[in-house]
Amino acid sequence: MNDMTPVQKMTPKDWETDQEVRWCPGCGDYAILKAVQRTLPEIGARPENTVFVSGIGCSSRFPYYVESYGFHTIHGRAPAVATGVKLANPELDVWIITGDGDALSIGGNHTMHVLRRNLNCQILLFNNEIYGLTKGQYSPTSREGTRSPSTPYGSVDHPAKPAAFALGAGARFVARGFDVSKNLPDVLKAAYAHKGAAFVEIFQNCIVYNKDVFEDFAAPKGAEDRQLWLKDGEPMLFGSEKTGGVKGIALDRENLRLKVIDVVDGDWQAAGVIVHDVKNRSVAHMLVEMPFGAFPMALGVLYDDPAPSFEEGVIAQNRKASEGKQPDLQRLLSLGQTWVVGPETEAADAGSANVGHEL
Amino acid sequence: MASAAEILTPKDAEGALSPESVVVRFAGDSGDGMQLTGGQFTLSTALAGNDLATFPDFPAEIRAPQGTLFGVSAFQINFGSSDITTAGDAPDVLVAMNPAALKTNVKDLKPGGLIIADSGEFTKRNLEKAKYEASPLEDGSLGAWRVLAFDISQLTMDSVKPFGLGNKEALRCKNMWTLGLALWMFDRSREPIIEWLKAKFAKAPELAEANIAALNAGHAYGETAEIGAEGITLPQYSLAAAPQPQGLYRTITGADSIAYGLVAGAQLAQLPMFYGGYPITPASAVLHSLSKLKEFGVTTFQAEDEIAAIASAIGASYAGQLGVTCSSGPGIALKGEALGLAIMTELPLVIVNVQRGGPSTGLPTKTEQSDLYQAVYGRNGDAPLPVIAARSPADAFECAIEACRIATQYMTPVILLSDGYIANAAEPWKVPDVSSLAPFPVEFLAQAQEGGLMPYARDEKLKRPWIKPGTPGLMHRIGGIEKAQNTGHIDYAPANHQAMTDIRRNKVLGVANSIPDQAVEQGAAGGKLAVVGWGSTFGPIHQAVKRARAKGKDVSHIHIRHIWPMPNNLGDLLKSYERILVPEMNTGQLKTVLRDQYLVDAKPLNKTSGQPFRIAEIEAAIEEMVR
Repeated sequence: MNDMTPVQKMTPKDWETDQEVRWCPGCGDYAILKAVQRTLPEIGARPENTVFVSGIGCSSRFPYYVESYGFHTIHGRAPAVATGVKLANPELDVWIITGDGDALSIGGNHTMHVLRRNLNCQILLFNNEIYGLTKGQYSPTSREGTRSPSTPYGSVDHPAKPAAFALGAGARFVARGFDVSKNLPDVLKAAYAHKGAAFVEIFQNCIVYNKDVFEDFAAPKGAEDRQLWLKDGEPMLFGSEKTGGVKGIALDRENLRLKVIDVVDGDWQAAGVIVHDVKNRSVAHMLVEMPFGAFPMALGVLYDDPAPSFEEGVIAQNRKASEGKQPDLQRLLSLGQTWVVGPETEAADAGSANVGHEL
Repeated sequence: MASAAEILTPKDAEGALSPESVVVRFAGDSGDGMQLTGGQFTLSTALAGNDLATFPDFPAEIRAPQGTLFGVSAFQINFGSSDITTAGDAPDVLVAMNPAALKTNVKDLKPGGLIIADSGEFTKRNLEKAKYEASPLEDGSLGAWRVLAFDISQLTMDSVKPFGLGNKEALRCKNMWTLGLALWMFDRSREPIIEWLKAKFAKAPELAEANIAALNAGHAYGETAEIGAEGITLPQYSLAAAPQPQGLYRTITGADSIAYGLVAGAQLAQLPMFYGGYPITPASAVLHSLSKLKEFGVTTFQAEDEIAAIASAIGASYAGQLGVTCSSGPGIALKGEALGLAIMTELPLVIVNVQRGGPSTGLPTKTEQSDLYQAVYGRNGDAPLPVIAARSPADAFECAIEACRIATQYMTPVILLSDGYIANAAEPWKVPDVSSLAPFPVEFLAQAQEGGLMPYARDEKLKRPWIKPGTPGLMHRIGGIEKAQNTGHIDYAPANHQAMTDIRRNKVLGVANSIPDQAVEQGAAGGKLAVVGWGSTFGPIHQAVKRARAKGKDVSHIHIRHIWPMPNNLGDLLKSYERILVPEMNTGQLKTVLRDQYLVDAKPLNKTSGQPFRIAEIEAAIEEMVR
């Protein structure tokens, strides 16, 4: 931790382990792994101070491939394990790696609470809208009608929206990216820079069980028209003159919702395009609910407004409650109402009452 | 040889007979403050130098409808001048605050025992709620007992009148009035209670004064109204102090004892402690106790559920603290998968199970010992872990330290079994000398072993090294997938799984080499009959064996702390007896393990009524086996 030797600049290669990566060829997880390995040296992370904690699922194999401390735990429980890690040693950089099933089905409860508590950590949710490791059943984020081995006639339930869930649970940082996006490292950097729980939904292509399910917005062709990359302080613009014209997101004031408007001659102000303010929680709520199709896919940092972290609060309270108190076990055991049995003491008058706080 | 429930005749007015012990039960509505009354009476009794044991028995409902049979809360104390190890069988004195309390408890009262009843509560409505057709105070149905009925409600109201409380608040002082009377009957000092009331109501001095006035009034009533209703003399008892070894004493509940033992264990291991908990009856008291002890390097975390409670503790252990979690049966069931993770990743962890009646929600506030199978066997896969069981509130302190020792010295989760009886009961405790406790400091791996980092290398005890994240050069990955020997990499190879299964098993079995041989509590090693127990049945077994031995029976008492692995000599010891009797508050769980481990013909004696064994029940079973 307090390593006094000069820190050598690390490279992505330094964050690779000797373990053979065992995802299916073409899986989006490879690209995410690369993006993380590219990001870590840039943010100045140290392998010995970095812990990757995961649950169960394809994504949760991730820690085995990062040269840092890693804990591949049990299904859905990574946020709970990570909470213990961080409370025990707040100096550690904790990354939680999870998937749509892990974080929103079996582990939904823990995801909610780690966000609400605002544990200082990065939560990377690889959303491929399918159960991969168990061979292709539909997941809580699968779209209605998804045909899978467990839903041969199509799924009938409504999908969960990870970013909306996170924001609803009280997250102070919500971002989106996708596996092969060149912007993913920037999103990860922003997540790392955020103090508190940073939730990143990463759309990830499952090449075997849910191939190209995000192609509608992630495909390079036409990306400009379908992706809205949000930048703090900049207008919410997408599209280009070459494709179908520049468009922007504006507020439909009468109906209190967002709308897509055309921007003529680059005058977005005249068109009423919203300037992205990462601290605006109300707009963030609209962005996470913005339906793709009628709208572009909102990507990048949707919301970033830090608040005191959970472990800070716990440590501060532990310190305050300990102030001026000695960890004197003998004294603790002797508190309360005590009496002495001495060599000649008749017990009838042996009572010596010391009233302590234990009562 | 006298013991708890044998000589219980109240001393007469002249004091010719002095009983060795007396059993008193306070019973009332769950809102009547019976647990508080009992607790304070316990304190003053301990201060008077009596040995004692208590048994709180309360409903699961926080405030059950007033006056109903299922809303009755009771607190029993057995105290006296001889060695007291149980809360007593049949009470000598029953304090009944309403008809429902009388109805549900009177059948336990010893013939000739004394009933003190609040006649002010024996109204038509309350009698109906208690399903009495006529008032038992008047219809002669209580002929087997002596009855002292007076209007405690009214007497309390009168005594607190000067303080101008509302009716409801005034009546809430009833328990203090009753306590005052009980203190007089048993010649106990009011001072500690008065001090306690002043401290408790420091912010509302008028409530303190009212309660003290009620307490004094009850005491004065005993003093002046010696001729009670129907000419019965209010008896006063005076019990000699129990002989005890010299030293400083206090009363302690099992919950506090476990909390303090865990703190001591963490100190002896030289580790900060992380406690992940989730509220559950009757285990929450441990969380409450520990959350006040932050200056001891204790972090408590109330998690979102039982699984998160243990998972966070595992995370903290992984990061280098002593992870602890505590629950009761249903919560332990939820923790099962995470227990497997702690076994697979070989991290130290202490799991306390304050057992209650099961299955499912079962009997949350009643006691049972039915989670032994769950502790020893209750996980998927071959998942061995050490299990130890506390026998009493005081013993729980040592057991908690022992759990911490095994967890850290063997890198393994350890289950500590307590139960609702131990958790809530209080007993006098000779405060241990902390400097006499043997430390067991842990060492973290500081640098890679020769030839490269081996997170799953073994020492002679088969323990793997503890490696703290944050240590440069020791980065490695662990998880729930089967580990390769030494490297800890993922390894599904058949020979490796066989080897790792054997290692996990042998490591836990090896714990037996670090524990003392099984002692015999009473009687000889070898003979006609061994009564073998574990956990909170210690008291009744101890007394039953004592009585049988006083009658000349060849009976020994063996009480097992180390449930898994068992002491190395236990098999030979058991085989040195002709017969073996295993009393348990379950359907025979230890009995099955003993039969399996040692092929001995252990006979079960089982009770699952949610109540502790009575001495007489065990005594009868002994009689049956050694005629």
